[in-house]
Order: sequence, then structure tokens, then C-alpha cells
Amino acid sequence: MSFTVPANLEGEIDELISHYPVKRAASLMVLHAIQEHFGWISQEAVEWTARKLDLQPINVYELVTFYPMLRQEPMGKYQIKVCRTLSCALGGAYELHQHFCGKLGLDAHKHGPQTTQDGKFTVEFIECLASCGTAPVMMCNDDFYEGVSHAKADEILGGCK
Amino acid sequence: MSTAATTETKPAPAAIEKIMVKVDGREIEVPRLMADWSGKLTPTTMIQACELAKTDVPHYCYHPKLPIAGNCRMCLVEFGTPALGPDRKPILNPDGTTKIAKSPRPAIACATPVSPGMEIYTNTPGVKQMREGVLEFLLINHPLDCPICDQAGECKLQEYSVDYGQSASRFVEAKVHKPKVVDLGPRIMLDDERCILCTRCIRFTKDIVGDDALGIVNRGSFNTLTAFPGKAFDNNYTLNTVDICPVGALTSKDFRFQMRVWFLKETRSVCTSCATGCNILIGSREEKIYRYTPRENDAVNGPWMCDYGRLNYKWIGRADRLKDVLVRNVGQASSLSHSQEKSETGRMPVLHSKVTWTAALSEIADKLKNAPAGSVAIVASARQTNEELWLISKLKAKLGAISDSISRTGAGDKLLVSTDKNPNTNGAQLTGVAANSMGTNLPKIADGIRTGKIRTLIVFGEDVTRHGIGVDLLGKLETLIVSDILPNATTELAHYLLPGCAHAEKRGTFTNTKGRVQKFMKAVEPPGDARPEWEFLHDLVYNVTGQDGFLTIEGLFNEMAQDVPAFNGLTWANLGDTGVTVKT
Repeated sequence: MSFTVPANLEGEIDELISHYPVKRAASLMVLHAIQEHFGWISQEAVEWTARKLDLQPINVYELVTFYPMLRQEPMGKYQIKVCRTLSCALGGAYELHQHFCGKLGLDAHKHGPQTTQDGKFTVEFIECLASCGTAPVMMCNDDFYEGVSHAKADEILGGCK
Repeated sequence: MSTAATTETKPAPAAIEKIMVKVDGREIEVPRLMADWSGKLTPTTMIQACELAKTDVPHYCYHPKLPIAGNCRMCLVEFGTPALGPDRKPILNPDGTTKIAKSPRPAIACATPVSPGMEIYTNTPGVKQMREGVLEFLLINHPLDCPICDQAGECKLQEYSVDYGQSASRFVEAKVHKPKVVDLGPRIMLDDERCILCTRCIRFTKDIVGDDALGIVNRGSFNTLTAFPGKAFDNNYTLNTVDICPVGALTSKDFRFQMRVWFLKETRSVCTSCATGCNILIGSREEKIYRYTPRENDAVNGPWMCDYGRLNYKWIGRADRLKDVLVRNVGQASSLSHSQEKSETGRMPVLHSKVTWTAALSEIADKLKNAPAGSVAIVASARQTNEELWLISKLKAKLGAISDSISRTGAGDKLLVSTDKNPNTNGAQLTGVAANSMGTNLPKIADGIRTGKIRTLIVFGEDVTRHGIGVDLLGKLETLIVSDILPNATTELAHYLLPGCAHAEKRGTFTNTKGRVQKFMKAVEPPGDARPEWEFLHDLVYNVTGQDGFLTIEGLFNEMAQDVPAFNGLTWANLGDTGVTVKT
């Protein structure tokens, strides 16, 4: 599988690197830029980043595997992120997660993000979204939803075309 | 006398200020600065102070020759510092002693510098409790597979579990499962479930070798040691990670499942794969060598050795080793040989027949004594010991012989591997056996044989047919005396074949590339009739020159040290375990 970074993205990345005193410090920003463009970070992308930053691939790979937000495989078009930190957990986050998984035919008990076969939806738990008063809360891509009832969840799913 | 020999390799550094600290109530003076892993002077840490006080502090991630990581928490200790009043002066107790303000929190001994008047407590109930706690955490996900683990017997986790572990686990939850039998590289197998994430291997390969190949991926209890997927962990020093791994996570493919370590006899020896002369321990059992491991010597190899040298031991136990003293039956060789007619009919003629050492040596001695001056040449090996080469130099002097050795060169590196592949080039030169530019006498010897001037050739441990003295020339000789360990084209043609010993089968000394004279001990018995070369050389020298000497290696070494100017002042005893550097 060939991995090519388009010139404008590479330009953007070079610009990012120039903000930091040492190249390695730009690691996370470069990975974000790559993920923004490709949707995920492949092994080839890790090797490309390492070359770009004068690092060994293992150095970048450590970062990518540390942060769940950095994706090591392609994610769904709509990423449903259900908060499960204390307030939301008490407010029904697990039931909400279960509800989404049931609707989309996913296994709620599996570890990590679950993506539907057609690649349209990814459902996962995340940690606190800092809106504990309106539990349970969730995000669908970059949109934030509060007090999500199962009816509201269906409405959100319905809005994803 | 002793001016030529020194044990110091560097000039003494400038005096470093000393400070007083107390370890478990005992006062000890420690330097304010000590060498860190790279040799740089840094503030002395509590663990270094404890070591100077001969107090053991358990640890996993700390290694004196690696950068400090401070991640295992096993070396937590309690400590206190002199209490200061508002005037910044120490407060005194009513009895006049300094009042100590005990720190409310423990500190990791490996990364905390000492300060004047500091008191370190390593055996309080609190410290014991902390060690028990750390160990319990480390054991949560650790498999209980000591009975099949290669590390068992030399495992820090096992040892500290005896000291600080509990007899039964309190952990009732499911253990995290991680990859097992991970093929990390050509020589290393990894079991991630045994790994306690101390990162010693990562720091070693990154900071010592300069091959940043290993890392820890994932998070929390899923932390996993790995190389980048698809990239093999393959440099010439990977097996050192097996040594420094405190548990059985990294194992040597060569040694795993071969032998329980507590059965191994460990013998102090020296690696012979290049002129660096890394100090090693030979692990053997019942006359079989199972492994080499590096033995720490800061003047030579530190605690490391290269993979090539470490695995270069299998030839010692080869089945085709020369085991018998042989004389050649064809040609004008020996009165001891059976004539060809005597060989059984219908079979190939037997080229060599077996004789005793005494018979062979006395006949060789007679031949050498009667040889006209200048008719004998000697090709010795720079793989032989100082003592052997010295005895050869005595023969050489008596016979007026021309002599040389064969140089071996190859790729070296910045860390340990020398470009000179002979373990004792300096010894061959200091004893005068090798030419000043090693190998330059070989064409002269070949010429001498060709013109008929040289009638007798003595060869030690080298196949001269590969170094300009071909089979045709060897055929012209009246007498070819060969001592070797393994068969080759030269031993095939020998009139007298004397089986010798590998370094692991005898005692002796080598002089490494920096002029360090280092001794090695005998680990296993030689096969068959093979004898250490210095033993039969001693007999031969006595028979030929009348020079009697010592029948022990100690005496022989001391005698040599008096005779060879560069070795003056050395004795077998004062070489110690780590050797002495001489001027070369």
C-alpha cells in the first residue's frame, strides 16, 4: 500500500514543525494533521511521520497507541462518542451506549470503538465531556448533545445521512 | 619493575568533596559527585550511597550503566535531612546531636541525590511495606510460569518475591493477557506477559547501542514492550538485553530451554572472537558449554559483550575435534609410524596412526635438536596464549628459527568489536614470535621451503595452506609438526599432529588490543588426548633446550613475566580477575 502525502498537507505539516524548537515536539500536531486529512493513521503514516521528524518509527508508534483519539484503523463517517465518566455513568451512559449498539448491530461488550460493516457509524465510550449537570452527554462527530434520551438518540441517528 | 604495569587506565581525576550520610544508622563518607552511566560526574544518589555502605536496595529499572528511569518504584526508601532553624543553622537535639527532619514521603533511591547529613532508612517497617506493595502490583499480571521460565534462578522478581512477596495472591480479577512468544529479532524471543516494563532494554538499545528499536505501546495495564511492527530487533548487541532483563521477558533463542541456570558452572574467562578481549563467564555443565555471558570489567567491556562473540562457542564441542596424537605413516616421517604395507588389505591405507604424547614429543625433540640452525620455521597463532607464545619463542631462539603469526582483520565498531580478530596479537608481538608487521615473514618462510633451506616447519593453530604456504610446499618438508584444535588442510599433511585445547579447556593469559593482560580459567575438559599447548610445549622446550621451568600455569606465567620486558612486574596473582594493562 503506497502512502503519499499531498503537497498542500506536507506544506501545512512543515509549517507546524516550524513552530517548535525541536522537531519531535511537533509529533502530536503532525499526527493530528494526518488524521484530519486521511481519517486515520496507518503504519505507513507512522513511518512517514518518523522520517519527517527524524525519529524512529517506534517513537511515533508509542504515541499513536497511547492516545485512543489517534485512530489506528479507519473509523465510521459518523463517530458517536458516549461519555461514561461518573455523572454520565450514573445518568444512563451504559444504557445509551447499549441502545446505539443495538440499533446499529454492534457488540456493546467489545473493547474499544466499534464500527458498522458499512463504515457509516462508529460507537465508543469516551471520558468526561465536562457537562456533568446534563448527563448523559455525547458527541456525534463535532456536535455536542446533552441529556440524551433514547428517543433523542434515535433522532440523532436519523439525522446522520 | 612495576612502573611498566599499571592497573589504572586513566589518570586519577581531581579530588571530589566528600560528604557524610547515614545509611541505616551507620555513618559513611561518600563523594558528592559520582560517575553516572555514561561516566559523567553527577550528584551521588541514595542508591549509590547505599551501595557504598554495602546495603542492598532492591531495584528493577535501575542499572548503574544505563540512564535513570525511576519507573519501577522498588527502590523506595525513607530518609531524613538535618532540621534547620530560622537562622538556617541545624537544630540540635538536647543531647547535642543534629535533629533530623524525617521526610513525610519516601523517595526513590535511584534518582534522589544525597545531601550532607542525610539519613537513609532502608529497613524500616514502612519501607518493607512499600516493597511488598510494589511487588504485589508487579505480580498482578505476571504469569506463574517459573517452572518453565528460563530466567528462573537468576530472576529478580523471583528473588524479591521470596523477600517481599506473599504466599498467595489476593488478586481475584482476570489477568491482562499480552502477546507471548514474540519473535523480536533473530536472537531474541519476548514474552510480554512476563515483562515488568522496567525499560532497561529500551534504554540499552537506544543509549548504549544507538539503535532506537524498542518501545512501550498502549496504555496502563495494557502497556506492551515491542519493536515497530515488521522491524526486527537486530543489532550486534541484542543479547545484552537478555542479561539486563530482570525477569524472563527477553530470552536468548540460543539458550532458552537448554539448561536450568542453577546447574551451570560459571568459569571466569575471556572472549576470543576479537582483540578486545571482553571478560566473560562460561556457563557449562558436564563438560558441555551452554552459554557465554559478559563479566563486568570497566577497563575493557563494561557489563556488555557483542552477540557474535557470545554465540561463538559451538566449535569447542564439535564432533570432529582433533583428539589423538598422530604420526603420519607415509613418507619419511617417523619411526613410530606403521608402514603402509602393514595396513589391512582391501582398505584405504591408514594415513596416520595413534601414538603416545611421550613417544611423539621425545622424537620431535630429537629431530629438532639435530636440525641444522636456520632449517626450522615456526608459524604460531595470535590465538595462542602469552605463555604458549613465550615457550615458542624459547624454541625459536634455540633453533635460530624464523617465525611469524597470521593476522586477521575484519569490520569493527565503536562500542566493543575490534578490527583485529586475533585475541592475542599483542602477546604474539611482545614475545617476539610474530613479525613486527604480522604476516610479513610468511613469504620468507614459503621461499625458504621452496629453496630447500627450511626443512622443518612447526605450525600452531593455523591452516598455512590458506596463507601462502600451499600443499605443494608442505609436501617438500622433511618434517611438519602441527598442533591444532580442528582438522584442516595443514593438519591432514602433518607428520606429527598434536591435539590442542580451546581457551575454555585450559588456563592462560591474553594481551588485548589495549595491552591489558587478562587471565582465563578452565571450564571444561579437552576431548580425548588433547592437552593444553603450554603443557606439551613446556616438555618440548625442556627436551630441546634443557630449560626447565614450572609445571603450573602460575609459575610459568611468573617466569615469563620476568623474561619478557613488557610483562616485568606482573604475577599471575596480581592480574586479579580483571587484568592489568601493560605498555605495548
